[in-house]
Amino acid sequence: MTVNAWLPMMVIGSSLIPGLIIFMLPENAVTLRTVLNLGGAVLKIFLLVLMMVGVFHGVEYEFRVPLVPGLDFVLHADALSLLFVNLSAVLWLATTVYAIGYLEDSPNRSRFFGYFSLCVTATVGLAMAGNLLTFLVFYEALTLTTYPLVVHRGTEIARKAGRGYLAYTLFGGVLVLAGTIWLYALTGTLEFVDRGFVSGLDIDPAVLRMIFALLILGVGVKAALVPLHAWLPQAMVAPAPVSALLHAVAVVKAGAFGIVRITYDVFGIEFAASLGVTLPLAVLASITIIYGSVRALFQDDLKRRLAFSTVSQVSYITLGVAIAGPIATIGGLAHLVHQGFMKITLFFCAGNFAETLGVHKVSEMRGIGRRMPWTTAAFTLAAFGMIGVPPMVGFISKWYLGLGALEVGQDWVVLVLAGSSLLNAAYFLPILRTAWFDPPPEEWPHERDFGRKETAWALLLPPLFTVGAALSWGLFASMPGTPLDWVQFIAARKYAP
Amino acid sequence: MPELLADAPWMLWSIALPLIGALLVFLLPRRAAPIGLSTACLTAATALAVLFQVAFDGPRIYRVGGWGAPLGIDLMADGLSVIMLAMTAVVGTAISVYARVYLAGTPEKVRRFWPLWLFLWAALNALYQAGDVFNLYVTLELLGLSAVALVALTGSAPALWGAMRYLLVSLLGSLSYLLGVALLYHAYGTVDLALLGERADGGLILAVPLGAMIAGLLLKTGLFPFHVWLPPAHGSARAPVSALLSGLVVKASFYLLLRLWFTFVPEGQGLPILLGSLGAAAIFWGSVQALRQRRLKLLVAYSTVAQLGYLFIAFPLAGLDPALAWGGSIYLAVSHAFAKGAMFLAAGSIMTQGGHDDIDELDRVVDRMPLTLAAFALAGISLAGLPPSGGFVGKWMLLQAAMAQELWFWAFVIIGGGVLTAAYVFRVLGFAFTESPHEHEQHEVPLTMEWTALLLALGAVLLGFVAPWALPLLDGVLP
Repeated sequence: MTVNAWLPMMVIGSSLIPGLIIFMLPENAVTLRTVLNLGGAVLKIFLLVLMMVGVFHGVEYEFRVPLVPGLDFVLHADALSLLFVNLSAVLWLATTVYAIGYLEDSPNRSRFFGYFSLCVTATVGLAMAGNLLTFLVFYEALTLTTYPLVVHRGTEIARKAGRGYLAYTLFGGVLVLAGTIWLYALTGTLEFVDRGFVSGLDIDPAVLRMIFALLILGVGVKAALVPLHAWLPQAMVAPAPVSALLHAVAVVKAGAFGIVRITYDVFGIEFAASLGVTLPLAVLASITIIYGSVRALFQDDLKRRLAFSTVSQVSYITLGVAIAGPIATIGGLAHLVHQGFMKITLFFCAGNFAETLGVHKVSEMRGIGRRMPWTTAAFTLAAFGMIGVPPMVGFISKWYLGLGALEVGQDWVVLVLAGSSLLNAAYFLPILRTAWFDPPPEEWPHERDFGRKETAWALLLPPLFTVGAALSWGLFASMPGTPLDWVQFIAARKYAP
Repeated sequence: MPELLADAPWMLWSIALPLIGALLVFLLPRRAAPIGLSTACLTAATALAVLFQVAFDGPRIYRVGGWGAPLGIDLMADGLSVIMLAMTAVVGTAISVYARVYLAGTPEKVRRFWPLWLFLWAALNALYQAGDVFNLYVTLELLGLSAVALVALTGSAPALWGAMRYLLVSLLGSLSYLLGVALLYHAYGTVDLALLGERADGGLILAVPLGAMIAGLLLKTGLFPFHVWLPPAHGSARAPVSALLSGLVVKASFYLLLRLWFTFVPEGQGLPILLGSLGAAAIFWGSVQALRQRRLKLLVAYSTVAQLGYLFIAFPLAGLDPALAWGGSIYLAVSHAFAKGAMFLAAGSIMTQGGHDDIDELDRVVDRMPLTLAAFALAGISLAGLPPSGGFVGKWMLLQAAMAQELWFWAFVIIGGGVLTAAYVFRVLGFAFTESPHEHEQHEVPLTMEWTALLLALGAVLLGFVAPWALPLLDGVLP
């Protein structure tokens, strides 16, 4: 194999190997652990940039070894996988910096960062999986590596949340396994191909619909499609960096990415539309969007409100896929990145409020903007993005989704988008109002002193960086090198010319 | 020199060495541990040498003393034999290293453990290379007796009770098998497996002895509903003994069953479906019982009942593509040996550390023994058939065989059993993360114990990647 074949493996190794070494480190080896964490993250981004340039110029990166009789373990870097790998890699770096600040002096950091790295490894592997079997391997590995993070605090509540999390995600894994093996028995191949490998084979459409349902519901558990979403708000007991990563990158996105892969590269979007399975999916996504927003309205706990917001927002990606038109595809895929940056900002900020002032509830956030102006500013911008106010990136996603729906004559989707934006405003604006305009309380619930700074640098810089990215991609959306630009490059390959 | 090594009678040595070692340990009880451990390593090396011989040159026959069947004893090694030999070698070495440290504080147990264990190993190696049904009986009996004595090694009342039941079942199973052998000899005038395969012509004259032999082997393998002896015996033995009973000993009778099946290929659909159904029942019953256990070692023992059920799912699936179904079953058996060995060793470390094995009192084992818990978790992943692991490959092949023939029921059983396995494994892991309200005594656990369990569990995971190289060994062995 050539160097090009080994590059995907090196991307995996750049977080796997540091992770394994970190497990072995003693608790107080802070410097070495930090060097390993950040070194791995930076190396990964470097390798990815190398591959992005290559893919843009048509180079193939593929690592392939046999795994079970007739099937290979394939890592493949194409435009779509690079979109997701890059998202993971960049946000992993930001979250690592944040977690170093957040977990300062707390116990079991070696274990935490070890699993953290493994979790990113699984996400990256899932993104680069070149066939459904490899995808399944990493999909399950992701479940297993996130479980210790969810139960990290070791309380009774954490154990129960972990149990719920596993019950849902392993159930999802079973559905994916069943769909995968069934598909393999019928087609004899599982390789992802642009525009799918299922079309053109003489298979009963009813069976194909069943398989589609199995696979989509299986990954839909992680994408938190209603009614498979209940694990997500429960898993909020995990430490803030974990919530941030689970919501913005790893688990939820893995589910959404799975929906994208299965629809485009297993079935092919046009073939899926001809099977009549995309409309039910679009309806399910719309229900999830509205339901998640409505539930978010009634949550006083800030992290729970954000969790229900995630349930709603991730389904934009599914919706973009299910509308089955090139422009909506652009909107959905762009939202994969956009939502990641905005949601991770919100979770970083929520973590900052909790860590600095002990504020966990929306009702406790009175006047917090005066005490922590930078954090609150980042929160505000991200919240505007979620609502879809220009010039934040959230607006770009919604614009393309709406246009895409009109293009294929699904006008009702525009109503869903408008309704969701209203609901987003209804649950975010009161937070912003109370944070900026209400008078601060005499005393914060649990305040920590950081001198003249509002909080530690490691906690403040990551949200500022992510929200800055989300703002600039909104302002300069049509420049080369933005997510939107790359997504257009992808969408062109997924539709027959 | 290299030719000499490549052609040496390693097949014979793999049986003779542990026997010699056992005798030496018996004569020099003060040096039991060092002699035992070095013999174990040498035995493993010879078994791996046989593996290489067969992998490069194909199946071998060794005529002991140059007499040849039917006068002398023939040793035969083909792909299936060497897979089982290699499995025994790796798992056996890990158990030996663990046992050396684990038993260090109890000299009188050291003296009894090593000869029995080496005898058992010799019996296993002989069984995997025996070419006729009578020698198979002898090895089976030797295996059963040393296994029973090892259970009794614990000395406690429940262990003795468990050992007694195990002894009775084991004898009953061997007797039933021996009855079959006698009838076969009477009918066909030979006990050589290959000759029997040529002469056997079906009908009642074959069905009766075969039925007796299969029944005896099922009893010894512990297939539901013949499993009742298994959890008390495996659950009450000392940790290394539990590991070798669950990981290795039950596989021997299963191997023998496969040999008979491949030789005679019974006709009809009834028996395969019966065996498969018993396997399915074992999966559900064993898993549900495992979920209900309060003690860790019993949970692991019931898990063995369930996982043995999986091995029998191949019988009704072998119709269309036998290589796929049997390959999956054998791969599962090997992965289970690694995973279950690791799991029992990890349970032993946990028990040594806290002085108890109540599951809901595990009390932050994850902090105190991260390596051991990692071993338990990795082993559990393989048992549940989650990727990447040997268990996944085995279950995937079985599933593929089921789906290709659209046998939905079996596919459902395979997947459902995996979910149940995950449920009981993660029940343990969940409690390992939480704090217990009660104080427990704390003991030091040597790192060797932790690492052997972990390495064995990593072996189970690694098996998930080597299937394309391991499975071709079975070409020509499977019907």
